[in-house]
Amino acid sequence: MSADPTTVGLFVAIVAITLGITAWASRRTKDTDHHYVAGGEIKGWQNGLAIAGDFMSAATVLGITGAIALTGFTGFYVATAGLVTFLLVLLVVAEPLRNLGKYTLADVLTTRFNAREVRSAAALSTITISIIYMIGQLVGAGAIITLLLGIDYTVAVIIIGVLMTIYIAAGGMLATTWIQIVKAALLLSAIFLTALLVLAQFNFNPFAIFNEVSTQIGSGALKPSHGFVEGLNWVSFNFAIILGTAGLPHILMRFFTVPDAKTARSSLIIAVWIIGLVFVTMPIIGYGAALLVGQGEISGVDPGGNLAAPQLAQVLGGTIFFAFISAVAFATILAVVAGLVIAASSAFAHDFYSQVIRGGEASDQEQLRAARVAAVGVSVVSILLALLAQGVNVAILVVLTFAVAASANVPVILLTLFWKKFNTVGAVAGMLVGMLASVGLILLGPTVMGEGALFPLGNPALVSVPIGFLACYLGTVLSSSRAREEREQGTQISYDEIYVRSNTGISDIEEEIEGVTTREAQT
Amino acid sequence: MERGEEWRRVSRTSAFGELMRAKKAFIIPAVIFFLVFYMAMPVLAEFTTVLDGQAIGALNWAYVYGFAQFLMTWILMHIYVSRAKKWDKLVDEAREEASEERNDA
Repeated sequence: MSADPTTVGLFVAIVAITLGITAWASRRTKDTDHHYVAGGEIKGWQNGLAIAGDFMSAATVLGITGAIALTGFTGFYVATAGLVTFLLVLLVVAEPLRNLGKYTLADVLTTRFNAREVRSAAALSTITISIIYMIGQLVGAGAIITLLLGIDYTVAVIIIGVLMTIYIAAGGMLATTWIQIVKAALLLSAIFLTALLVLAQFNFNPFAIFNEVSTQIGSGALKPSHGFVEGLNWVSFNFAIILGTAGLPHILMRFFTVPDAKTARSSLIIAVWIIGLVFVTMPIIGYGAALLVGQGEISGVDPGGNLAAPQLAQVLGGTIFFAFISAVAFATILAVVAGLVIAASSAFAHDFYSQVIRGGEASDQEQLRAARVAAVGVSVVSILLALLAQGVNVAILVVLTFAVAASANVPVILLTLFWKKFNTVGAVAGMLVGMLASVGLILLGPTVMGEGALFPLGNPALVSVPIGFLACYLGTVLSSSRAREEREQGTQISYDEIYVRSNTGISDIEEEIEGVTTREAQT
Repeated sequence: MERGEEWRRVSRTSAFGELMRAKKAFIIPAVIFFLVFYMAMPVLAEFTTVLDGQAIGALNWAYVYGFAQFLMTWILMHIYVSRAKKWDKLVDEAREEASEERNDA
């Protein structure tokens, strides 16, 4: 596919808008608080759109469309699990994390465990997860842009890499947030317009689409896969997504950009409605592509079906609509990689540099400089890795991310919030063992080793998540006297405090209680 | 006064006790429900044929179950949010109770 002027024009427009946002945001980003979390001043609806923007990557949206078009029901799992996972985020982790945290996941854990090992382990897992996810996004993005614009893969990856570096180094979290908001609005309108145009071909009757698929392609295109190992792998895959989102650093970081737990809650209402509305239309678009473009045509351009949505747009609305959908896909890629750079670079600059190396002694200007240097560093490393990983199956990397987040971060987050006896050894053991188990089992599994795999499942979550919990438990009970010693030494604060703080949001107790007394005295 | 004592004071207030009872009574069953309701879908879809049957025209039960996940998520979310609004008031009460107790002490 060669580039036509409309497509190029819209791509340039997207770049201009995002750079405009960055220029505006950079004038407001004067200190670390603004750089990392936009001063905690993001409004609920803005954060809701931004969460939706961060979560719905090009790999997800284009991937689900293609998977439904080519394989049917199993393609829909990413959409259903990708929505239901937010119930775990909303009901269990979002508000307590907002109440305990400041900038990063490590901040939350070190609120309870004041130990360098915990901060380092949390920073390491944040960087690992974010960079693996980013390589997946960059490899997919490079391939998509190559096909859409006809430019070289290396050039495509470098263009995206340079843009994401500028967004974060100059505009920080404020620029990221507004790029996410613009992207979420564009994506929502693009998806709805596409679904509407598909439905128009079927007299606005969604059932007619399923009936057509059944008669033209066969009812097999609507059914699950039904193989034992394959089935077990799909169960594990769903399990990874359901638990994994609650451990994705770039999603969790969004809760620190709002002023309080109530706003974190209201932002999730917006996010869940938007993500749900986009994902629920995926079968219409996926099967629309299978019927109107044809499965052969889709897999002919890209065997993974990643371009099914733009191809469908070409059939539905010609070159202009194709250009629009392609530009929205481009905006989606840029927004998601921006969110990942800020998550990974914060773990580097805030956790490793400011806290572990400088022991919290660095001045605000030094920290801000470190944050910007880290953003450039993370981008350069990701670009180089993405160039080396050209041709790697993007799905492997995305699956890896959710499985690692579910195994390394989720057990530790849950036990820090809810288990009174939990201690530093348990937290560090849980993160490291969960990370090694999930990455190790993927390396030993069929996605990497192919036919002769030592581990049967491509997605290890069903095994590696229990290993993560077990490591937390064993680490804690094998050093059971530690919790009291830690409290005596001041490296762990009393669980009463965590329990009250995470559930109420009271953070400075003297001030809060005196505040109430003073207010009452005045009335 | 020792810092830990202040937190225990809040945790002993009747409003905080009520808050935690109400949260546990809702959140624990709700999480178990949605995890089971969700994970039952891939298990039934992959290991049995009960979801292969046609429900409405060619639309099979697997897709009906899939679409039901969206309804379930939206409904459970709004039930949670309406509960959580009541809990916010208990948090304010706990804060006031703790401050009164502190003044009495």
